[in-house]
Amino acid sequence: VKNSLQAVNRFLDAPVDVGPRALLVLAFLCLLPTYLTPLYNMTMFAPQYPEGLRLDIYSYKLVGGNDNQDIREINVLNHYIGMKDLATEDFTEFKWLPFVVGIFGLLFLRAAVLGKVSHLVDVAVLFVYFGAFALWSFGYKMYQYGHNLDPKAAVRVDPFMPPMFGYKKLANFEVYSYPQLGSYALAVAALVLGLALVFAWRRWRRETA
Amino acid sequence: MKTRSAGTILATAAGIVALGLLAGRCAPSAPRGAKKAAAVSDIAAAAMKVYVAPGDLDEYYLFASGGHSGQVYVYGLPSGRHISTIPVFTPYPATGYGFDDESKKMLGELTWGDAHHPALSETNGDYDGRWLFINDMNARVARIDLRDFKTKQILGPIPNVSGNHASSFVTPNTEYAVVGSRFSIPIPKGTVAGVDKYATEYKGVVTGVKIDPKSGEMSIGWQILMPPFDYDLGDAGKLASDGWVFFTSYNTERATGKLEVTSAQRDRDYIAAVDWRMAEQLAAKGEGTMIGGIKVIDPAKNPGLVYFMPCGKSPHGVDVSPDGKYVVGSGKLQGVTTAFNWEKVQTAMRNKDFTGDEDGIPVLKYESIKDAEVPVGLGPLHTQFGPDGHAYTSLFVDSAIAKWKLGTWEVVDKVPMSYSIGHLAAAEGDTVSPDGKWLVGLNKLSHGRHITVGPSQPESSQLVDITEEKMKLVLDFFTEPEPHYAQIVKADKIKAIEVYPKEENKHPHAIWDVKDAGVTRSGDKVLVKMIAVRSTFTPTDFEVKAGDLVTLALTNIEQTTDELHGLGLLDYNINIVVDPGETKTVTFKAKKGVYPYYCTNFCSALHQEMQGYMIVR
Repeated sequence: VKNSLQAVNRFLDAPVDVGPRALLVLAFLCLLPTYLTPLYNMTMFAPQYPEGLRLDIYSYKLVGGNDNQDIREINVLNHYIGMKDLATEDFTEFKWLPFVVGIFGLLFLRAAVLGKVSHLVDVAVLFVYFGAFALWSFGYKMYQYGHNLDPKAAVRVDPFMPPMFGYKKLANFEVYSYPQLGSYALAVAALVLGLALVFAWRRWRRETA
Repeated sequence: MKTRSAGTILATAAGIVALGLLAGRCAPSAPRGAKKAAAVSDIAAAAMKVYVAPGDLDEYYLFASGGHSGQVYVYGLPSGRHISTIPVFTPYPATGYGFDDESKKMLGELTWGDAHHPALSETNGDYDGRWLFINDMNARVARIDLRDFKTKQILGPIPNVSGNHASSFVTPNTEYAVVGSRFSIPIPKGTVAGVDKYATEYKGVVTGVKIDPKSGEMSIGWQILMPPFDYDLGDAGKLASDGWVFFTSYNTERATGKLEVTSAQRDRDYIAAVDWRMAEQLAAKGEGTMIGGIKVIDPAKNPGLVYFMPCGKSPHGVDVSPDGKYVVGSGKLQGVTTAFNWEKVQTAMRNKDFTGDEDGIPVLKYESIKDAEVPVGLGPLHTQFGPDGHAYTSLFVDSAIAKWKLGTWEVVDKVPMSYSIGHLAAAEGDTVSPDGKWLVGLNKLSHGRHITVGPSQPESSQLVDITEEKMKLVLDFFTEPEPHYAQIVKADKIKAIEVYPKEENKHPHAIWDVKDAGVTRSGDKVLVKMIAVRSTFTPTDFEVKAGDLVTLALTNIEQTTDELHGLGLLDYNINIVVDPGETKTVTFKAKKGVYPYYCTNFCSALHQEMQGYMIVR
């Protein structure tokens, strides 16, 4: 046990090579779309809405299609089933998410400069935790919108879970929900971090062999 | 070694990014079931079906209500061509309606109406082509004579009625057109009570408008006091259910305020079944209490007169099948329509199979009277029928029409409507013998279906071919705002005249010889008898004094089809149109000056010369 713990320590203290450091910079770059492009998109088609009602979720704002009119339209429709209005103020994520992603950017660069495996492990573990939390938070938000329905609403529907990935038929609407570039870039950042770890591990194995 | 590994790392990373982007599904541009463009052969087949070649005639009339335009619009089917407008509740300068003395008097003080549900007169439950009745929300019913396509009578405002929406459905031999109050108020009109007293002091009423079988003249037949619900639509029973008339109602919560919520709290509202023959007998016996100048019958004191059939909440239409055996009603917020079995309804009435009462009116047990809940789709509103036992239900939320079978309750087909269909009309589809063939969806939204005309959008109507198992959408056309219900009748059932025969003109001021034209005076009342014939008004000028009360009687002595003349008197609100053989009068106070009058309705090569002067000294 003692030996293996010492081995882990030695590994964690080991410096990382140019390759993994370059990957850390790449992971940093993958965070930038978070500020520029949507993380998620929901598109809803109904016979009356052949062009669809569109909702883009950024890390810091909601943007409706058709110059934001679609949000209003979605809220008007949802009021019949007693769903809470979609409102930017209700998304606490918008307050902390861009800040946290910024911190990760700095941590990735720090790991790239200081260049020890331990830095790499730190950012990778924290980033995966962050990703999982953000996903849960989004899912929970969706769940709440679909389940906290006003019991006095004109149209009573069974509580429902909007789709997180893919397609679902809700009443007369076909709802499509997909991650967007911002989310995919974050996923790629996680993959790149993992890859950096793998390369660092393989090099350390080679050198200690 | 080192460079290779760095290269590998970068290549792998690039691969991951590319894979991520490839896997990344983005927002779709169209729904999964999006229709591919129709094949050219399908378009050609549809075009052949709806194409009425120049000079050829349509096979059917579509009489479409004009909603708050107050008019009735006449379209030809299958072409969808707008052929004529029949002004009813609103002045219409194009035909001079609402400008001459007679039509002005008929309109009364109101120059607007909200006309929703036309009802063609029936004999033995089939359209007979004699009259068309239509409701106005302002508690009125109008009769249009289909012999000349003119509004002949406006009955009302009918006492105690506020918001005549559940109207003007006729009984199978046009004994009655019905009237149902969408708004309950304290009655008689003029009584005041706050909305906090709504549940007890506000009342609804349903009324039978008696129709003279020869002349079509309307009068109030009977009126029944009802709980303060909103009576929405109706239909008369036929054959098996003859003698009854049905009304849907919503807000049986007796709620006020934000009704979109407060009136949608109970799972069921009601269809009221009214025994109109019994109402007729009670009225004949003088039963009822005088309210607002007419006898109003209380159903609580007359058991058997009214029953409530529970229906899905906030129902819109109620429609009786051609054999009269089924009454179809749907909660408009649900996914099913309910077919009530009339035999079971009668059994439940006999056995007093009630679950309670509303102000003394028994409520029948839903489970005992329904035959089926047909899963037609979301937002079912109205149902029409075909000749082969098929029913067609409009679905507002699904924006589609569902075709289903009576008896087996199987949904056979659906056709999408663009967009948000309200009423629908099948060819003679509410009679005892529907024609099938054509079905028109009267849609509420048209966005994107027409070249743009700005924010005020037309209503789109769509023609569906129902001759085959699968329904086929074959034509978009645009109906004047705002069609609610419409009826489709075979063209050969309408026998209209195209000129008024001279011998039928009994107007006291009609003249047929220019020698009789001219001015006669008694005191400050002046009668100007005038003749219009191509291309002269006689007299071509006349003199009156300022302050005179002038009655101008204009006779068009033409007996030729399409030779209409108009008379516009400049700077006065006067513009009348006389059809061949017709006499109209217009009365006004003369003001000093010289006023030209001229023919407004093009008549001939020298139409422009058809003019004259009124000299007022």
